[in-house]
Amino acid sequence: MSEAMMDQPVITDTPSGSAPLPRTSLHRPRLPRWAPYALAAGSAAAGSAVGLAAGLGSHVQWGLIAALLYVLSTLGVATRVEGLRQAKDRLATTLVWVCFLVAVVPLVSLVWETVSRGVKVLDGTFLSHSMAGVLTIQPGGGVYHAIIGTLEQVGIATAIAAPVGLLTAVYLVEYGRGRLARAVTFFVDVMTGIPSIVAGLFVLSFWILMLDFGYSGLAGSMALAILMMPVVVRSTEEMLKLVPNELREASLALGVPKWRTILKVVLPTAIGGIATGVMLAVARIAGESAPIVLLVFGSQVINNNPFEGAQSSLPYYIYEQWAAGNEASYDRAWAAALVLIAFVMILNLVARGIARWKAPKTSR
Amino acid sequence: MAKRIDVSGLTAYYGSHKAIEDISMTVEPRSVTAFIGPSGCGKSTFLRTLNRMHEVTPGGRVEGKVLLDDENLYGAGVDPVSVRRTVGMVFQRPNPFPTMSIYENVVAGVRLNGGRLRKADLDALVERSLQGANLWKEVKDRLDKPGAGLSGGQQQRLCIARAIAVEPQVLLMDEPCSALDPISTLAIEDLIGELKERFTIVIVTHNMQQAARVSDRTAFFNLAGVGQPGKLVEIDDTQRIFSNPSVQATEDYISGRFG
Amino acid sequence: MDISPAPATAPGAPAPEPDPARAKNATRPGDRVFLALSRGSGILLLVIMAAIAVFLTVRAANALSHDEGNFFTTFEWSANATPPVFGIAVLAFGTVVSSLIAMAIAVPVAIGIALFITHYAPRKLATPLSYVIDLLAAVPSIVYGLWGALFLVPHLKDLYAWLNDWFGWTGILEYHDGAPRSLFTIGILLAIMILPIVTSVSREVFRQTPRMNEEAALALGATRWEVIRMAVLPFGRSGVISASMLGLGRALGETMAVATVLSPSFEIGKSLLDPGGGTFAQNIASSFKESGELGKDALIASGLVLFVLTLLVNGAARMIIARRKEYAA
Repeated sequence: MSEAMMDQPVITDTPSGSAPLPRTSLHRPRLPRWAPYALAAGSAAAGSAVGLAAGLGSHVQWGLIAALLYVLSTLGVATRVEGLRQAKDRLATTLVWVCFLVAVVPLVSLVWETVSRGVKVLDGTFLSHSMAGVLTIQPGGGVYHAIIGTLEQVGIATAIAAPVGLLTAVYLVEYGRGRLARAVTFFVDVMTGIPSIVAGLFVLSFWILMLDFGYSGLAGSMALAILMMPVVVRSTEEMLKLVPNELREASLALGVPKWRTILKVVLPTAIGGIATGVMLAVARIAGESAPIVLLVFGSQVINNNPFEGAQSSLPYYIYEQWAAGNEASYDRAWAAALVLIAFVMILNLVARGIARWKAPKTSR
Repeated sequence: MAKRIDVSGLTAYYGSHKAIEDISMTVEPRSVTAFIGPSGCGKSTFLRTLNRMHEVTPGGRVEGKVLLDDENLYGAGVDPVSVRRTVGMVFQRPNPFPTMSIYENVVAGVRLNGGRLRKADLDALVERSLQGANLWKEVKDRLDKPGAGLSGGQQQRLCIARAIAVEPQVLLMDEPCSALDPISTLAIEDLIGELKERFTIVIVTHNMQQAARVSDRTAFFNLAGVGQPGKLVEIDDTQRIFSNPSVQATEDYISGRFG
Repeated sequence: MDISPAPATAPGAPAPEPDPARAKNATRPGDRVFLALSRGSGILLLVIMAAIAVFLTVRAANALSHDEGNFFTTFEWSANATPPVFGIAVLAFGTVVSSLIAMAIAVPVAIGIALFITHYAPRKLATPLSYVIDLLAAVPSIVYGLWGALFLVPHLKDLYAWLNDWFGWTGILEYHDGAPRSLFTIGILLAIMILPIVTSVSREVFRQTPRMNEEAALALGATRWEVIRMAVLPFGRSGVISASMLGLGRALGETMAVATVLSPSFEIGKSLLDPGGGTFAQNIASSFKESGELGKDALIASGLVLFVLTLLVNGAARMIIARRKEYAA
């Protein structure tokens, strides 16, 4: 709401008269409206000129020089014309814009690189074939086995984490008020901060080293489930808290048992938000690679059985193709990265779509 | 240092919505002018055009002239920041800066312009401003405590002290008592009577007894219907408005027949 | 009302129960099953947390008992050799240094972007921008790693040579030739990765600044920057601190992006720009496949240290948030 805290530049004229005005005057010399743009253009030109003259190879340096020149020239000109307070204000504005641009560059580059390099080998064959029989230095092959692995591992993780997370949230909101509930709340917070590699190490020590099961998709799913649970609990909790108490009381007052009230009144009211939370959590774990490296082990061939034997997954596949270290494998890595980003983004967009359409009527 | 305000043909918009239309009036220096009228009639919007606070709302813009003595607030080359420094404002809900002490709240505005002020000068200013706001006796022993710890009425007087510390020429008050209890309200009303010796005061109020008690002149605003712009119906001496207004709508409003 | 778990499930009518409706409900079979299920889920979560702590500690203890070096000061990771010698000094150094570089870059920029979105950008730009930032937070870390290794690293070479020309004399900014797959590069990459999360939390905090405080500053004749300094930043300070801590927690535990970009070595180099060094998570992912049973235990031990480190950082963040809530109430 405060985006427009700016003073609308009603005044566009150049300052009239350079003589110092009396203190009580409302007038103050101001830079013309085009001044920032002129300074920006000048700094960009000067930055490029310096970069070219000094033979600096990297455009990053040109940009840095230009940004520095812009900040300094703005500060200097504004201090001379408008005074120190206004100069500080302009400096802040300039820095905030520079921050925005500095941040946009790498993020745009990331998306651009992934898309432009990813489309090179991304086609029907790539999506429908595994790496079986393909040497890493050869072009060809595909991600089919990795997609299968990701879908199965994420599916199993969701099947474990979503009900547990949902029921825990129901417990915390609808029943929990004692010491147990406080402990659960606290440890859900702790669990949110577990690095994914640590979750992987836990399953490794418990499932593989102690119980002596082999590497499998299931082992990876367990680690992913551990990462997913706290996210589901948190988001579901938020949604259940939004359900107005009057609804619960109205239902209870009709003689409906509490468990049916929760199932038939509370959960349906919040279902949109809960679904959104679960999907965002799915999107988050779909990109996890660290536990997969420890627990699923990676494979070149299609393994449809997540309960036995090594599998691959999209994040693992990207890592593996990068590590192979040649042009053909880099192409495959980018293409797989594009597939993974698309998958995660679609999940995100769908989740946000659900949140928008099915938002509880009380939330705004 | 109080100044006269001369408004002519002022129209204010929120985006494409016209909030007030074609308002002209004169406010004399060292007087209290009260704005009354039903909700949504644009009296607060009009008040906010007098120190260019209106334009900080997204889409807010203004046509027309507001002369402060002879200078147009909306003239070319006028800096809204200087305008707001010259025309102070007190808001509906007390809004001391929550992270600052009482002392820091009072000097907050001065610090912006001050450069290096000596500690003794600042101390004197704080005492003068708090005394001016009738708050000195109550807080002089706890100037370093947070301003948010005061009662609502005290907070509002702290905000008045903060506003007068920068020595403005006009003081705008937007329903300053609507969030306060009757005793605090009385304290503020007494204060307004004292402040008008030094400042030109404009006050928006929903409370007609308050307008009658504190103001010299009263302006009645009204709107033709929902979505219509608010207009100035009449402005006159407070006594006239409350005893013998020249427009029927004013009489209806004051006698409680609508609004 | 205190619904402690015990009386709520006790069969029969529990006399001290203050709410008769609830007590009666709790005795229905459906209610008992449902309560048992949901409470069971909560307990399962606690059991998992306990199991994580126990298993990691047991395996770590096993590793430590075989360690011939000092676990905290040895500059070596030969857990599979006989006798096994390994220590976390290099990993701890690399983890902390790269995360601190990331914080130093990301936090000011994130505050800038958050202010840009809430106070500077035209609304037409601000809304889609905050949406895009939220989406970027979802980009998988391995993609950042791929981009870092194949795009960022080659593009930093010239910049580092330039830094070396000007600041090489400091020692820490010395750079010799070769792909700069170094701790400093990791710091930059981590900064880019945590930028979205720090930005979006800070943005929410700034957005909650009471409008009336901003108007108070404006009415005193403050410029836009002065409004931010008087009203917005003091109000949002603790929120920004906790946002930064959350970002730090992520940076400390980041695995695959670091493993992809860093060229590890078990020494603490004087320069941050030259390749070398390592982090806890990176070392686990990189040396896992060549590790035998004891080697894995040693990695688990280092993972336990990482776990404790992130717990401390996240705990500090939560404490700050909790204190802020009290303050607001």
